[in-house]
Amino acid sequence: MSSPNAIEARGLVKRFGEKVALAGVDITVPVGSVTAVLGPNGAGKTTAVRILTTLSEPTAGTATVAGFDVATHPGEVRRRIGFAAQDATVDPLLTGIENLTMIGELHQRGRREARSRAVELLEQFDLADAGSKVASAFSGGMRRRLDLAATLVARPEVLFLDEPTTGLDPRARNDLWAVLETLVGSGATILLTTQYLEEADRLADDIVVVDHGSVIARGDARSLKRQVGGDNIGVTLPSVEQLDTVAAILERVTGIVPMVDRSNRTATAPTPDGVAGLAAVANALAETGIEVEDLSLRQPTLDEVFLTLTGQPLAEDQHQPE
Amino acid sequence: MTPPNSSGDTFDASAVDATPGGAEALRPARGFFHDSWVIAKRGLTHMKRQPEQLSDATIQPIMFVVMFAYVFGGAIDVPGANGVVPSAQRYREFLIGGIMAQTIVFTAFGVALSIANDRKNQAVDRFRSLPIARGAVLSGHAVANVLKSLLPIVLMSAAGYVIGWRIRGDLFETAGAYLLMIAFAFAMIWVGVLLGSLIATPEGVTGIAFATLFPITFVASTFVPLARMPKALQTVAAWNPVTTLSDALRILFGNPNTPIQPGDPWPIAHPVAYTWIWIVLVVAVCAPLAIRAYQRSIAD
Repeated sequence: MSSPNAIEARGLVKRFGEKVALAGVDITVPVGSVTAVLGPNGAGKTTAVRILTTLSEPTAGTATVAGFDVATHPGEVRRRIGFAAQDATVDPLLTGIENLTMIGELHQRGRREARSRAVELLEQFDLADAGSKVASAFSGGMRRRLDLAATLVARPEVLFLDEPTTGLDPRARNDLWAVLETLVGSGATILLTTQYLEEADRLADDIVVVDHGSVIARGDARSLKRQVGGDNIGVTLPSVEQLDTVAAILERVTGIVPMVDRSNRTATAPTPDGVAGLAAVANALAETGIEVEDLSLRQPTLDEVFLTLTGQPLAEDQHQPE
Repeated sequence: MTPPNSSGDTFDASAVDATPGGAEALRPARGFFHDSWVIAKRGLTHMKRQPEQLSDATIQPIMFVVMFAYVFGGAIDVPGANGVVPSAQRYREFLIGGIMAQTIVFTAFGVALSIANDRKNQAVDRFRSLPIARGAVLSGHAVANVLKSLLPIVLMSAAGYVIGWRIRGDLFETAGAYLLMIAFAFAMIWVGVLLGSLIATPEGVTGIAFATLFPITFVASTFVPLARMPKALQTVAAWNPVTTLSDALRILFGNPNTPIQPGDPWPIAHPVAYTWIWIVLVVAVCAPLAIRAYQRSIAD
């Protein structure tokens, strides 16, 4: 295609009255790659997606999607994108096949073509048997799958998925990740938004971390995690008595003062060495003979990413502009 | 045969193919009427799938005709016997024009509800992200809701026939009556779009529609002749387009109606003309306001 980048956004600003939803955001997504926009609620993720899908006009800045300017050629952009909004927007009163056929017809296909594409997609998404049921009778996971199938009706060049797994139970989320991984594998260009670092890590080539309307970090998962300090080692004890001893061991092994949570009897410290760090801590603990309830290596949570990147916990919304 | 899919089943995603279609996947625009009809079909399917809407459109009009005809029929005297219709049947014939007028007015409610629901369910966003002709979503709602209003009109015509209502006008007058209803329904669409765009939720639409549409359709000659109302109410009712729509339908169908007397307000003396003027005015005033309100309600 004309441009090597499927999405190019420069200096996107969006103001709603006094409120600044986006304060100058750049996003570049190369063709055939997956970019995750990661951030908490209210960070501006959805606003950015709405601008790129032509639903909202930016206050300032420009964006091209699939080679067309969203402001001057919204119709051309719409012909080439698939969009799944945050809450699955399949029509609850239409059946699976009616939903997909309608979207095909609105993508300017004839009824016959729209219907055969609908049947094909229901097969691919393992919804063939549920295709004649109204979408309101679908489970949450099935609805998301139907929503994803809907984005593929017109074989789009760019997919926009706004928080595709928010609100799903872990099993349905795993299911959906498998689907998304297949999409990624078959060469789709995807921009997805998420609140879960794990999701971004698993699916995306590039991650753009946004907070309060600004990009605060970007890069691939590995470089971001390096910024955050890698994985965390957590040690949980049956009682608090030896927590300080364990904290001292953690500090000695990792070289970082651990966070101590007395109410949960847990000491946590980041390690850049992953499993090797975990093994070192395990050996040190074994030497002391301290009884351990749980020893784990886990990815930093989005909370911890935010704490590191912004110095502010994710949950609170009292960001102080400097 | 594969076993039926249950909600929690994990499934094999490897069949999913998201390869972009490139230029071959693009289709030329099929235009405004195609897109409107696709949206209209959706609206009609919605009616079919919602028992309360389906009953509003089918059972309720028949029930109203039969109920009002036999419950009120004996108690309400329609003045101006024309000699053609036996007196016992006069109210039943008087009723049909009014009940049809009420049904047509409630088109506004259906439109307002569709629009508020689309916004609530984020269907608006889905449609706006698709390459649809400008205005086709609104027009699709309009077509679906006019059809939803005409179905009960057809059923009422049949139910009316069963209870003794007869069309006594000539072919042109009859066509004029049905055309007047369609035009009035078209005007009501814009009122509905305006309401549905200005009121935040479907629940709010229901509340406000019933608080406004019921008085408007009752303070009129819909179900009873104006003569028995208090003087002030009579004046309001005389200028209420629901009165003149009801009267115009009765006159065009050749059904009993309160005879026009010298000194009657202009709308009462010229119900057909007044109703048409009103239709034109509502469309001219409400349509631009409604379109602007609608666009504002779906933007950003």
